[in-house]
Amino acid sequence: MSAIVVRGLRKSYGKLEAVRGVDFEIEEGEVFGLLGPNGAGKTTTVEILEGYRKRDAGDVSVLGHDPERPGREFRERIGVVLQQSQLWQNITVHEMHRMFAGYYEHPRDVGEVIELVGLAEKRDARVKTLSGGQKRRLDLGIALVGDPDLVFLDEPTTGFDPAARRAAWDMIRSLRALGKTVLLTTHYLDEAEQLADRVAVMREGTIVRVGTPRELTTTDLDVEIRFRRDGEDVVVSTTEPTRVLHELTAEALARGEELERLEVRRPTLEDVYLTLTGDDAE
Amino acid sequence: MSLRLFVHQLRSEQLLFWRSKEAALFIFIFPLLLFVLLGSVYNGTIYGVPAPQALLSGLIGYGCANTAFAGLAITLVIRREQAILKRLRATPLPASTYVAAMLVSTLVVFALQTAALFGLGRVLYGTPFPSAVGSLVLAVIVGSAAFAALGVATASLIRSGEGSSAVVNFILLPMAFLTGSFGPTRHYPSFLRAIGDVLPLKYFVDLINAIYLRGHGIWTKPFALCVLAAWGLGGLVVAVLKFRWEPREG
Repeated sequence: MSAIVVRGLRKSYGKLEAVRGVDFEIEEGEVFGLLGPNGAGKTTTVEILEGYRKRDAGDVSVLGHDPERPGREFRERIGVVLQQSQLWQNITVHEMHRMFAGYYEHPRDVGEVIELVGLAEKRDARVKTLSGGQKRRLDLGIALVGDPDLVFLDEPTTGFDPAARRAAWDMIRSLRALGKTVLLTTHYLDEAEQLADRVAVMREGTIVRVGTPRELTTTDLDVEIRFRRDGEDVVVSTTEPTRVLHELTAEALARGEELERLEVRRPTLEDVYLTLTGDDAE
Repeated sequence: MSLRLFVHQLRSEQLLFWRSKEAALFIFIFPLLLFVLLGSVYNGTIYGVPAPQALLSGLIGYGCANTAFAGLAITLVIRREQAILKRLRATPLPASTYVAAMLVSTLVVFALQTAALFGLGRVLYGTPFPSAVGSLVLAVIVGSAAFAALGVATASLIRSGEGSSAVVNFILLPMAFLTGSFGPTRHYPSFLRAIGDVLPLKYFVDLINAIYLRGHGIWTKPFALCVLAAWGLGGLVVAVLKFRWEPREG
């Protein structure tokens, strides 16, 4: 059963074509990553699915609803973490959760949610006293308090220090354990690799590749064999690393040489990403 | 509209208002402070009644514009620019419930302020409580509605959060001076009085003066009611046409 189906989605702002024919499908319980540089069309795509924007063309189904006519039943089942939003500064973490819980028919227990996002110690702290990472956890907490089936996370860790990112990742993993479907946008490769079951790489309003992080790294790109000869770095790119490596080592053995700093490197997601999105993407 | 959601949101709005010290101070306390200050400056009689009573009447006008127009406009701009309105739209809270709760919350604050003005006047200056209470309540509701519509309209026209309080006060304070909220305007130059004569606050103050100072019913001032309603409708049209839920991009 698909939580989200997108076919031929298009959206322009004036002359700018932000989304130019996007197709993808997200299964229930899946964590799906939209990966791409700034301006690739990720946020526009997500905001169409959240019901914020009208599409120019294409078919979209989110939990069986058309998000262009987002009724109450649709709102009850989605949770949203916006890329940027500043919530009220003068109320406490607990009050904020209680306020949002009140909007839903069947909210989760507020204390449980605060515990889940790791803010139990800050329960009675005013929002303005929280750190950036803690505020982001608050965003996630109020997105979860309605007990949604589908959670949208738009760049959930942008601007975090490494420790805060790790903590956020653990939390997002816990969403999978709860059985939630998650649509995550990010421009961090490692984030997509760590969290997503499948990744769609976006560039200039189109999806250039979809697959599991593993699939993306095992296709197309050559394996690199590197070593040093006569003080110079040599890089051999090949689709047949076993044969090439055998020839190279046989040759070196025959000459009685050592292949200095010999290294066989499989392409990383980063290599794939940079190839797909172009070096001048950022 | 679900009553449970409305009550929940009204309580939330009240919590947010009173918890924000700046808003509570500026919106709620400031008109009371002005009353105490002006009341100790003016002597004798104004409009044939003791000065503090006339000043109290004018300050109800200022309080209404301050709470429903300025307070609402600034709050809305800030919530829009910080994407709070956008975030709320993703919840099942209907927009109509949200707007209704915000308006009623504003009315609650203004009603409490008006009651505090009467209490303070009684204690400090021996001013009487109003006799035509029904008319007063009605006038307060009509005035709040008109100024709230103008507040939403103004919020829709203000583009950024930083400038909002400056812009709003640039409108509010001259309007209050020109329309007699801070004392009578009969000694003002005629062109200043002419400007005051087209502003909505002038007609709200006229209404309150008739009701509180002379004990007349609200229906004795049909013209003032009509002008106030016209301004309110004008505000409503702009608000409906121009209101945005989301911050400007970039």
